[in-house]
Order: sequence, then structure tokens, then C-alpha cells
Amino acid sequence: MNEVQTMHGLLLAGILFMLGLIGVLIRRNIIYMLVSVEIMLNAAGLAFIVAGSKWAQPDGQVMFIFILTMAAAEVSVGLALILQIHHQLKTLDSDAANEMKG
Amino acid sequence: MQLTFYISALVAILSTIMVITRFNIIHSLLYLVVSFLALATVFFILGAPFAAALEIIIYAGAIVVLIIFVIMMLNLKGEAIEQEKQWLTPAVWIGPAILSFILFAELVYVLFTGQSSSSVVQMVDSKAVGKALYGQYILAVELSGMLLMAGIVGAYHLGRQKKKVIHRFLEQIEE
Repeated sequence: MNEVQTMHGLLLAGILFMLGLIGVLIRRNIIYMLVSVEIMLNAAGLAFIVAGSKWAQPDGQVMFIFILTMAAAEVSVGLALILQIHHQLKTLDSDAANEMKG
Repeated sequence: MQLTFYISALVAILSTIMVITRFNIIHSLLYLVVSFLALATVFFILGAPFAAALEIIIYAGAIVVLIIFVIMMLNLKGEAIEQEKQWLTPAVWIGPAILSFILFAELVYVLFTGQSSSSVVQMVDSKAVGKALYGQYILAVELSGMLLMAGIVGAYHLGRQKKKVIHRFLEQIEE
């Protein structure tokens, strides 16, 4: 069938992970930080898929499904935290949430 | 077939760059959907059609819609975009971007000094995935069910708006 270099697939996963990391570091809005974490999780899943396709084993896709499950649970809890922060602080600035005063 | 891989990889990278640089959050979420669709194409080319379907259904469908619902509930106005423009100045993003590029260059160096191999892509269909999932990984499936349960309970507990039970006279004394 078709040939794809394994290195190039892993390179794509690395680029997407780096972009997600930059997104977490440079944005101050909490929603953008959550979206960037999603990008990083997705890149990790891509690396698993590439490895699973190299050895033609289903384990890569199984790990991708577990990452997907974890991302869904993480985003629901994270969005609930964002709603609570916006309700209490009236802003989405992550620097405003630096006090542990309840 | 190989060309489709590189084209969709390019689309994924460009749309992800657009996600982290837009000021309007709805625009960046639309770019995020494009990025997920491009990545689903990559999964399909790599011989994982089941993962491609899950990527579209769960990431582009469920998770992005969840984030859009929350943005609608927050009721952000035009000044949010102005605030984003103030926050994302070159002085803020240049340092982390350069340091991340250094880490990425190291990763590329480590990847390409190993032996390079191009392998013929073989289809791993959903039957094999299902057999592995409910055979040797059955314990992990149950554990991820518990994780989802914890996610539901945590989201309900955190997202609930607590009622103020304090009396207004007491509130005045507190101030």
C-alpha cells in the first residue's frame, strides 16, 4: 500500500506538542490554556498512533482511546473550574487567580 | 497517498498556529476544528480508521462543542478581544517561543540520529482494536470508566453555583 516515514509522523507529533506548549506559556486567558492542553494531548495520541501503525499492532489505537477518555474527563472538570473562576473573580485572567483565599 | 499525508500535516500545523495566535476565541476554536479534521486525515492515512472516526466524533464534535457552550455561558463581550490584544504582546510571547523551539530542535536531533525506517502502512481495523480493548486491556477500560465517573461528579460539584445562606444583617456586620 502506501509508505509513510515513521520519523515524519513523529515529527508532526513533536511540532503539534511544541505549539501546544507555546500556547500554554504565552496566553493569559484560561480558556486558551485549556485548549492548548487539548492540543498537547492530541499530539501525544498522534505519537501513539504512529507507533502502532509502524508495528501494525492495535495497542497504539487502544492507548489513543484512553488518552481521548482522559481528555474528555479533564476538559469537563477544567471547564467547571473556569466557570467557577469567572463567577468569583469576574475575569478570565489566570494571574487574577493567584490568591488562595477561597 | 504519501502526498496526502504531508498536505494534511501542513494543514494541521498551520491551523494549530492560528489557534494559539487568534484574539477572538470563537475564531480560534474554529481553527481547532480544522486542525482536528486534518489530524483525523493523518490517522486514516496511517491505517487507523477507527481512531480517525473517534477523533472527529469526540474531539471535533463533543469537546469543542463543550468549550463553545461554556464560552456562551460566560457571555464575553467585545472588550475581551481588546484585552487579549493587550495581553499578547511580542515581549510576552518571544521568550517562551524561543525556549520551546530549542527543546523542539533537540527533539528533532534525537529523532533523526536514530535509524530511519520507512515502513509500509498496514491497516489496523476496528476489530483488532476491539479485541485488544476487551481482551488484555479490560482492566484499563474499567478504570477509564471510573475516571469518567469522577469527571462527571467533579464537574457537577465544581460547576454548581452555591447559594448564599448568610443573612443580610449578618452580612452588614461582617463588613
